[in-house]
Amino acid sequence: MTGWETLLTAAIKVAVAFALLLSLTIVLVWFERKIVADMQNRLGPTRAGPYGMLQTVADGVKLLFKESVTPRRVEFALYIAAPIAALVPALLIFLVIPIGRPFTLGDRVIDLAGTDLNVAVLYVLALSSLAVYAVVLAGWSSGSKYPLLGAVRASAQMISYEAAMGLALVPVILFTGTTSIRAIVDAQAGEFLSFLGIWNIVLVPSFLIFFIAGVAETNRAPFDLVEAESEIVGGYHTEYSGFRFALFFLAEYINIFNISALTTTLFLGGWHGPTFGAPEWLAWVFPIVWFFVKTVALVFVFVWIRASLPRMRYDQLMQFGWKRLIPLTLVWIILSTVAIGFRRFGAPWG
Amino acid sequence: MTAETVVFVIFALAALAGALTMVTARNPVYSAMGLLTTMFSIAVFFVLNDAHFVAAVHVLIYAGAVMTLFLFVIMLIGVDKAEDIRESIPFQRPMAVVLGAGLFVLVLVAGRASWVTGTRAVEEGGALGTIENVADELFGVWLLPFEATVLLLTIAAVGTIALAQFLDKPRELAAAREAEIAPGHEDEERAE
Repeated sequence: MTGWETLLTAAIKVAVAFALLLSLTIVLVWFERKIVADMQNRLGPTRAGPYGMLQTVADGVKLLFKESVTPRRVEFALYIAAPIAALVPALLIFLVIPIGRPFTLGDRVIDLAGTDLNVAVLYVLALSSLAVYAVVLAGWSSGSKYPLLGAVRASAQMISYEAAMGLALVPVILFTGTTSIRAIVDAQAGEFLSFLGIWNIVLVPSFLIFFIAGVAETNRAPFDLVEAESEIVGGYHTEYSGFRFALFFLAEYINIFNISALTTTLFLGGWHGPTFGAPEWLAWVFPIVWFFVKTVALVFVFVWIRASLPRMRYDQLMQFGWKRLIPLTLVWIILSTVAIGFRRFGAPWG
Repeated sequence: MTAETVVFVIFALAALAGALTMVTARNPVYSAMGLLTTMFSIAVFFVLNDAHFVAAVHVLIYAGAVMTLFLFVIMLIGVDKAEDIRESIPFQRPMAVVLGAGLFVLVLVAGRASWVTGTRAVEEGGALGTIENVADELFGVWLLPFEATVLLLTIAAVGTIALAQFLDKPRELAAAREAEIAPGHEDEERAE
């Protein structure tokens, strides 16, 4: 493959990923509003388009045309940089997630992922740890007290739950013996009906802790103290409006999708699933369908949690993170390490 | 000019600009942002040298954790306070120049001589093995120093907790602060 072809493939992949994420956000916002409405015995959006599906588009257009108000006391450079800093890591994380089986075009094999890194898992963790800057900078540069309170809460919360999130992945890496996401997906390949034994979901505590920490990392209910309306107005985005606010909103929904997609990829077998003996020209569709079915199921859990659980108190949040989640993860790492050691090297007395 | 050179030049300039911002910015938040830029650019250099693992860990720890804590502290103590910028160490400026020049020479030597840096990872098995290579070195050849470092960090963590625990009564804190400030105190004389 020549340099130009590589560059062209990469460019197409990035463009497709970008378009996909933007259109997914439109669908996800509608999805969430409908589900929450159902759970609260309301109708939700009904007017714009069939079943109100175009409501998000209408909202997006409205936000684009609204004035972006800039308060007088902002630190302008950082105030502008913060929404961008929110969106960029969210977009970059998606690039390492494979959404389907690699397919062959002519004599070349093309992955259905932006790229694959041998340290993809660490890359994801590194980028998600950068997401906190958006919140912190937005809060500080707004020059107003509620955003600052939101930012201080955010930095404490995201550092705490990042630790649990990273530690929860240690057993997965040890179990599959790799940090490449493609290899982790490959390690979960298996036949229909025996697939449960092969998916990484056998590491149940890791799965649960990763997902809980993921909810906290995306600042979603019940961990949404960062933007708790009843206490600190809008939190870090209080002083943002129009397009700049839309960027924060977009980043939040892309992050929800990313965490769900990552959980799918790392624990639920990624794009693997039965193909029902479909012919070769059709078989490549199933992996993509499976990937989105699993991911949307997890997004549904996100929404379900939001509709069901009340917001935690700040001390409860910290207690839960440091005194329950992290010790639990450490114990689980020790247990799983022993088990994996047995599996690989046999009993020490044997 | 190869693509590698282009990327290097861009991020080298970014690293320098970040470093300059770091020392010249009046506002500590902008200083922190400058340092962040420099760290991020250094991570890119690691990627250029096929050390993907080091790059990821560098971003994860320095940009993700350390700088976030810096920002957290800057926000908590308030950034509007005028800082005390009197220079308490005599000969601070000439010393900085000498040390800086020394560092520059060291970097030049390290870049030129392979007995400082060892052979490139790529020549020893390629980028695909960076995690494996690091693990082999850490848990094989350098096991004892590695464990000693672990012990050191544990001691530091325990020490921090001990300091916070034993001094959590307001009276003790006040007493400790008074002892620090009190003129003619033994410890302070010794320190000077």
